[in-house]
Amino acid sequence: MSDFPYLLTMIAVPAVGAAAVAALPRGREGTARQLALGVSLVVLLLAVLTTIAFDAGGERFQLTTSVSWIPDFGVDFALGVDGIALVMLLLIGVLVPVVVVASWRDEPTGRRSMRAFWAWLLLLESMMVGVFAATDVFLFYVFFEAMLVPMYFLIGSFGGPRRQYAAVKFFLYSLVGGLVMLAAVIGLYVVSANELGEGTFAFDALRQIEIDPGVQKLLFLGFFVAFAIKAPLVPFHTWLPDSGAEAPIGGAVLLVGVLDKVGTFGFIRYCLPLFPDASRDLAPYVLVLAVAGILYAALLAMGQSDMKRLVSYTSIAHFGFIALGIFAFTTEATTGAVLYMVNHGIATGLLFLVVGMLIARGGSRLVGDYGGVATQAPLLAGVFLIAGLASLALPGTNSFVSEFLVLIGSFPTRPVFTVLATVGIVLAALYVLLLYQRTMHGPPRGVLLEPAPETPAGATGAGDGATPATGSGGGATAATATLEAPAAAPARLRVRDLSRRELAVAAPMVAIVIALGFYPQPLIDLIEPAVAATMSDVGADPAGVSPQAPVEGTD
Amino acid sequence: MIEAPAISLAALAPLLFVFGAACVGVLVEAFAPRDVRHPVQVAVALVGTIGGLVTSLLLAGERQVTAGGALAVDGPAVFLQATIAGLGALSLLLFAERSLDPARSAFVAAAAVPAGSPRDRELMTAPRVQTEVYPLTTFAIGGMMLFVAANDLLVMFVALEVLSLPLYLISGLARRRRLLSQEAAVKYFLLGAFASAFFLYGLALVYGATGSIRLSVIREASASEAGGGVLLVLGLALLVVGLMFKASVAPFHAWTPDVYQGAPTPVTAFMAACTKVAAFGAILRLLYVAFGTSEWTWRPLVYGIAIVSMVVGAVLGLTQTDLKRMLAYSSIAHAGFLLTGVLGYGSGADGTGSGLGATMFYLLAYGLTTIGAFAVLTLVRDGDGEATHLSQWAGLARRSPLTAAVMALFLLALAGIPLTSGFTGKFAVFRAAIDDGAWPLVVVALLASAVAAFFYLRVIVLMYFSEPAVDGPTIGVPGLPTTLVLAVTVTATVVLGVVPGAVLDIAERAARFVG
Repeated sequence: MSDFPYLLTMIAVPAVGAAAVAALPRGREGTARQLALGVSLVVLLLAVLTTIAFDAGGERFQLTTSVSWIPDFGVDFALGVDGIALVMLLLIGVLVPVVVVASWRDEPTGRRSMRAFWAWLLLLESMMVGVFAATDVFLFYVFFEAMLVPMYFLIGSFGGPRRQYAAVKFFLYSLVGGLVMLAAVIGLYVVSANELGEGTFAFDALRQIEIDPGVQKLLFLGFFVAFAIKAPLVPFHTWLPDSGAEAPIGGAVLLVGVLDKVGTFGFIRYCLPLFPDASRDLAPYVLVLAVAGILYAALLAMGQSDMKRLVSYTSIAHFGFIALGIFAFTTEATTGAVLYMVNHGIATGLLFLVVGMLIARGGSRLVGDYGGVATQAPLLAGVFLIAGLASLALPGTNSFVSEFLVLIGSFPTRPVFTVLATVGIVLAALYVLLLYQRTMHGPPRGVLLEPAPETPAGATGAGDGATPATGSGGGATAATATLEAPAAAPARLRVRDLSRRELAVAAPMVAIVIALGFYPQPLIDLIEPAVAATMSDVGADPAGVSPQAPVEGTD
Repeated sequence: MIEAPAISLAALAPLLFVFGAACVGVLVEAFAPRDVRHPVQVAVALVGTIGGLVTSLLLAGERQVTAGGALAVDGPAVFLQATIAGLGALSLLLFAERSLDPARSAFVAAAAVPAGSPRDRELMTAPRVQTEVYPLTTFAIGGMMLFVAANDLLVMFVALEVLSLPLYLISGLARRRRLLSQEAAVKYFLLGAFASAFFLYGLALVYGATGSIRLSVIREASASEAGGGVLLVLGLALLVVGLMFKASVAPFHAWTPDVYQGAPTPVTAFMAACTKVAAFGAILRLLYVAFGTSEWTWRPLVYGIAIVSMVVGAVLGLTQTDLKRMLAYSSIAHAGFLLTGVLGYGSGADGTGSGLGATMFYLLAYGLTTIGAFAVLTLVRDGDGEATHLSQWAGLARRSPLTAAVMALFLLALAGIPLTSGFTGKFAVFRAAIDDGAWPLVVVALLASAVAAFFYLRVIVLMYFSEPAVDGPTIGVPGLPTTLVLAVTVTATVVLGVVPGAVLDIAERAARFVG
């Protein structure tokens, strides 16, 4: 049974599913989504089976398969997972079916067919599995770039009003990063050819070669830029709010939940083990970006009037925490960071989903267009609250464990950065609770009000809803809506509470939030050996204390 | 007593096939009755090119200098001859398409009739079709195949003219927008004549410096003087200018957008694919066989030209609103990428780097993709012929999902997205360049790729994410020839992207010059 090629099947099943969905005749939308759900559930099952087949205490890479692909380049179609990749596969397995159900009733814009949506979604799933399962740097790069195409079409064909702009920006940002990485990938190959006599892209072989520190820095930067754009760290982040806001909700969940994790995954899998000296030398600069991201993105999140943009900014802040945990070089912090990657996918995914449910009801993305929803839709508000609390890492939710691990693990080596990062927690509480308070509590207002002829405010709100402004321009509109809100008080708020389908989306996510909040140990057991191996590659002490602590203290 | 030079007819078989077909074509034009000419000409031209393709494939592994030392039949020559013959056959199929244009052909019935004259209007609706274009094109293909095998500068010059003259002519044969087409032909001819003159002058200087036009003799002479002779360096520079012009490398690219736009689209496809292959074949042979030992005299020059070409192609491509012009600038940028591969052939006499094989693979992949892209252009039409303005392509995916998907595939390949042939080619040439220490060049190339990706993406955005225009173009239903071309090019673009191993291997094994 252990010989079964789980990983290959996990890549092939959704790819074949995508082709099947795309090949369905026009008008079979119902079959298409059922097929999509079926395929994504099969992948979830495969992910679970893979986890069972994986031996946490065993070798670093397991379930490996390798077939020669392009012999002239020394490229193998090599797959394998360590604990870190495995938990990401689990995350994909969970998120995709949830996204499928959440998008069940989405209507395409224009005369497009939802078949294309399901097909691209499944293709994206296949590529995402591939990117985490690849153990050949070239193969990783191929999936890394190929992943852009389905996401590009998801945003561009099914997104919001500014979807063309967002799709192109997403593609170009990622492509620039990817191409810089390509230079580094080729450079790595050439270095390996000089060291080993024969060029290779195999991760295990590359890990063992000694690279000249100057070259290491260049190669590190090549990979780093690609991952920092993907993750995204602060100066490279501007594409995410646009893409996150314009993508359809399902796409947005996968975008921040999984796609962006490729960046942080890349730091752990490629930057640290392959370029240990460069990683150690450049870590302070990365930490500056990480902490700046935590604070800056949190401040920006507070200022957003568009809910999807707000959630996107919270993600950028969270990615700062993840980067902090990774570049603190302790097993504790990095384990926390990997756990954070999973938890962020669940918590922010849930937040995006619930925001999407709210937007589906009101038709507007602006915070100021909602108010007092909790009175009419307690379930929706409850799920919203849980998602928000998970996002701000309240104890008892999944994110708390990981954030705590990151901070406690980083403090011994990087006290200053860690202290600054904790300020981000306070800011997180602010942006989440303000969002929750404005939309769910307070007087009923905004687009969900029954149109009351005697109040002009409802009409204003509805007008905003028809053309949701994004960016800073929207702030003014939101403020006006807030001011006029009391005038609308006599009107009645009418909100449907969660439907059975939406409950089916939210319930498993809420369950995971709470389950991982109380019992994260199984995941930690999976992650920790892989992180310890990475830490030993990078030359940090796996026990949790960096041997360089005194030196680090001086810079 | 004059001895006839030794000629290996077997080694020349591909050339004989193609030139033979061209001569037969001329006879057909003269003697066959008009109503059977078209099918006969198409058949003759296809038999010639496919025969050339098959015979050159049979010659794989051949390494010899023949025809009294004037021709080198070696790996690169045979590989590129096969590429040119194959791409030429595909282009001829596009020429032969009769079901797209209501006038049954993309070529003017009688080129000598002044545009807009009563006779011209009369011919517009006449069922008569142009058939001289087939032997002309076959001659051009023969010239290109000779060009890549030329082992001395004079043969190279003759081949240059044999391939150029028919091209000047067929650029001016468009059935629609005739004046634009004629302007393109004149422009191409004038600038091409200049380039030929540069080449000829360079040839004379090199002959003056070394006393020979044979590439191997030039190599020895330049080695003995350590490449220092002023005449030799000047001659080299002029030769390079002449060849770069044909390869449409910036800053010698000024003709490219106009000619690509004005020429009939099948001819543009032919030029974009085959001329590029031929010109790069000659560049590689000239630089490495004749001047391989004085590499440092030309390396900085080519390095600079590569950067200029990539940047000019990518940046100016951004501002284009006509698809044919956009593809022209794309071709200029790709010429720059190809030059990175040329530089990656490696220092030293025999070239240790993988650049030669990589460049040849790139030429094949790029040629197939670009013919496919132009073939799609011939499908999208409005009342005046092809609708090549960008805005006319808005919402194409809604009108014809298949056409849009095929075009999107070609554009992604041109942008170099993994799992397409474009990526494999780029990877191969960039690897060769980095291997040779030219990593700054590769970084520039990658940034240029990112810029160029923007204009390819813009077309995809238009096709997929925009609402279709009310009076948009119609999508023609292609006849058998175009369908065949599209099937071959789509398959090749995907196969060379997903499982390129076999072809890369062939290119790599072919990558050794003789001489």
